[in-house]
Amino acid sequence: MHSSMWLDLLIVVPLLGALAAALVQKIEGRAYVVAVATSVVEMALALVVACLYNDHVAKAQTFDFATRHVLSAPFGLAYDVALDGISLLMVVLTALTVLLALLGARDRRQEPAFVAWLLLLTSFTMGSFLAHDLLLFFIFFELTLVPCYFLISQWGAKERAKAALKFFIYTFTGSAFLLIGILYLGFAHQHQLTGSALTFSYSALSATVMTHGTQVWLFLSFALAFAVKAPIWPFHTWSPISYAEAPTAGSIEMSALLAKLGTYGLLRFAVGLFPLALPTMRPLVLTLAAIGILYGSMLACKTPDLKRFVAYSSLAQMGFITLGVMSGSQIATVGAVLLMFNHGIITIGFFLIIGFIEKRRGSILIKDFTGLQGPAPILAALFTVVMLASIGLPGLNGFVSEYLILIGTFATHAWWAVVATFGVVAAAVYLLWAYQRVFHGRAEGANANLPDATPKEQWVLVPVVVLIVVLGVFPKPVLDRITPSVQQLIEHVAPSGVNK
Amino acid sequence: MKLVIPSIHYLTILPVLIFFGASLVLVLASALARGKVPLSVATSTVVAAAVASIVVNVFQWRCVAKAGASTTIAHAIVLDDFSILASGVIALSVIMTALVAHDWAVRERLSGVEFHILALASSAGALLMTQANDLIVIFLGLEILSIGLYVLVAFDRHRATSSEAALKYFLLGGFASAIFIYGAALVYGATGSTNLGSISYFLGSNVVLRPGLLYAGGALLLIGFAFKVAAVPFHLWSPDVYEGAPTPVTGLMASIVKVGAFAALIRVLISALGTQLDTWRPILFVLIVLTTVVGASLALVQRNVKRMLAYSSINHAGFILLGVWAGTIRGSAATLFYVVTYAPIVVATFAIVTLIGGVGDEHHSIEHYQGLARRQPWLGGALAILLLSQLGAPLTTGFYAKYAVLASVVDAGGGALALIALVSAAIAAFFYLRWAMALYSDDRLDAARIVVPTWTGIVIGFGVALTIVFGVWPGPLATLAQHATVLFTP
Repeated sequence: MHSSMWLDLLIVVPLLGALAAALVQKIEGRAYVVAVATSVVEMALALVVACLYNDHVAKAQTFDFATRHVLSAPFGLAYDVALDGISLLMVVLTALTVLLALLGARDRRQEPAFVAWLLLLTSFTMGSFLAHDLLLFFIFFELTLVPCYFLISQWGAKERAKAALKFFIYTFTGSAFLLIGILYLGFAHQHQLTGSALTFSYSALSATVMTHGTQVWLFLSFALAFAVKAPIWPFHTWSPISYAEAPTAGSIEMSALLAKLGTYGLLRFAVGLFPLALPTMRPLVLTLAAIGILYGSMLACKTPDLKRFVAYSSLAQMGFITLGVMSGSQIATVGAVLLMFNHGIITIGFFLIIGFIEKRRGSILIKDFTGLQGPAPILAALFTVVMLASIGLPGLNGFVSEYLILIGTFATHAWWAVVATFGVVAAAVYLLWAYQRVFHGRAEGANANLPDATPKEQWVLVPVVVLIVVLGVFPKPVLDRITPSVQQLIEHVAPSGVNK
Repeated sequence: MKLVIPSIHYLTILPVLIFFGASLVLVLASALARGKVPLSVATSTVVAAAVASIVVNVFQWRCVAKAGASTTIAHAIVLDDFSILASGVIALSVIMTALVAHDWAVRERLSGVEFHILALASSAGALLMTQANDLIVIFLGLEILSIGLYVLVAFDRHRATSSEAALKYFLLGGFASAIFIYGAALVYGATGSTNLGSISYFLGSNVVLRPGLLYAGGALLLIGFAFKVAAVPFHLWSPDVYEGAPTPVTGLMASIVKVGAFAALIRVLISALGTQLDTWRPILFVLIVLTTVVGASLALVQRNVKRMLAYSSINHAGFILLGVWAGTIRGSAATLFYVVTYAPIVVATFAIVTLIGGVGDEHHSIEHYQGLARRQPWLGGALAILLLSQLGAPLTTGFYAKYAVLASVVDAGGGALALIALVSAAIAAFFYLRWAMALYSDDRLDAARIVVPTWTGIVIGFGVALTIVFGVWPGPLATLAQHATVLFTP
């Protein structure tokens, strides 16, 4: 067991960074430097944790760095963090996302409040991924709404007020069901062990004995909250407008990171805690996921602007992740966790490039662009790499995860996998078509004079491209860390599921 | 017939006496002093009385820790941790209100001390309600509390709405009192006593074969309380009164009335009528659903922030009732935790509304808040935090307050009820956020700077600090509330 200090630091460092950024705000640009420094430290911490976790896997225990302090016994509130392979990947993604989001938002470096909110969001997201206690998870999960709300409502585009409200109200309503579910589960556990204190510890609650009916209801209440967050069709209606209206960094945080809170929660809590409900609920959720894949792909073809385009393609990708998470197959679940990470990287890439274009042209409407390839070849090349990864071209990271999901799901739920495979084809259609419309053809007017990516912008995208290629060619180190954790989770739910 | 004076344990009723005493001192001083009693003297008297009351609360707490809960004056007044905590919060709210009202009176050039006299007397009524162990005493407290407030609501003589609100409040409040006392009479008829302990004993040791009288009495009592806490459908007075009353008075009303009325409601429903849980629960269920949902929904269409806060406080009343519905120790502790954390927040919120209201107390449209946080980040930020706390965002006490009542309801088997209430919180979130958004909008950046007087500033800062400190670290307060309720349950 490693000390939990590392995880505490992961949560506290961005908090302190946000505080520092807010305090130095009087000096121009200083807050931005503080924020970037903080996120570099955060990234380093995440990598240290990743390395420390490595030698731990051999001992075949999956959770590490665990600690638990009861904060309030009457409330059952405790600070309880732990990390396994699944959360490890999310932690690295969180650190990476904030670093790249900050670097990509250089034009906002004069606004200390902006970077402070970003760092706060990072801390809360870290907390959600690290929480090993349902109540603590819920608190962090809810907390992420506040910075996100302010990021959209203050720095968003024209309809930012509407977008921010819609985002907040949808997620807040969804999490109402989650809170009631958590409370019900906590008290069910307490009543079973008479005399025991109220606790929401994940390990304690996973031992709760429940009837099939109870599990189904609880699964529904949990899944609803996560379905809104992810989003899973038909709970996605808040996401296109929120992604489109948010500032670039906000879109990155929401789609690359916060969306993963939904699928992570689905896997860790809904699937992990209610195995009996799975046989009943699987057809429903798998069907929604499959519909989401096709529906997202279809709308991505029709959508007028680039950010909504990524929003709908994300809806399809979240459908893939949900498919893997719910399939009950170990291979597909590993693929889903990997896709959470890969989709994060790909989306960061997309939104950064779109942000660069938006900064140059002040527009994200697809019809405003044509032939950007001519004046901006480097931008076009970078976009191509990201796009090909999203399509699932072998050798790039998207392929590995989608492939794992599809073969795993095919073994357990063949028909859904067949339908989902059409999604892969559809992705190629909408992505290539969008690429053609924006980058091919003859550039005229403002498009012809579009400046290419500056060296600074190129450097921001380097980590994205490197990760896309490396994880496409050599995903083994990552898979090695995820697999034992997923295996344990699947084995826990195995009696009711298909274990292949 | 010989009248026996019951023995009196003075420590028990000392806070009430202090408040009444201070109020009388001010009355006498204003009558006897040659000139006018300076405002600062009056404010200091109120603050001193409230601080003294809190100090007495500490001694009371020790006494209870040593000797346990006790009753005095023929079991009509009770001393337990529950009442002590509630009185402490009332005293705290009075201090905060007095400081805000001081700056407000200076701004409005009001020189009289009537405000302070009435505020002290009203608060004495609220204190009495937290300690009442007899329906008559509850009625007494309710009336003392209300009569002072009727006058306070009409305090702003320059505005017609103030008098209108007072009349409305007075008429409907009078009805509510009449209904309450009628209920008390019926309960007396059914059980042979107005003492809560005796009622509980009677109902516990007898089977009521024809419960009609008891049910009618209980229902009327409940209606009386519902009027006072503005539960739907007995809420109609509240938006008008909140809007019409001078803003510091609204803050006082929103805080001490809630604390006093809910403390008494818990005693009546849980200690006296606890055996009839299955009877009053369905009524409360309907009341809660209406209160939370209607309160939140009607707030959406308001443009006046005081009306908005009135509906928000209706929504909060619904949430607080959840803890009562649970009917358990956990539920009572949650109710206590809720009112204890809600009172300072709402006073601080109204302190800011008082400032924005400006001279004449008239700028209460949401437009007046546009760009406030851009112009004055501290003031705007404080309001944003207070609104987030009322919304129930984590890291504020508002979250744990809602969490505590919801937990108690789920524990008592009311998952559906909890869900309805939470969905109403999502509706309520809409208007808190709309307000918060106005604070950060880019409009009206050139509006005049709002001057924050020292004392009001301190009150606002204190309210914000309280909600954040206990929002991050709710442990001590939760334990306190839990502890206070364990001793109280009969």
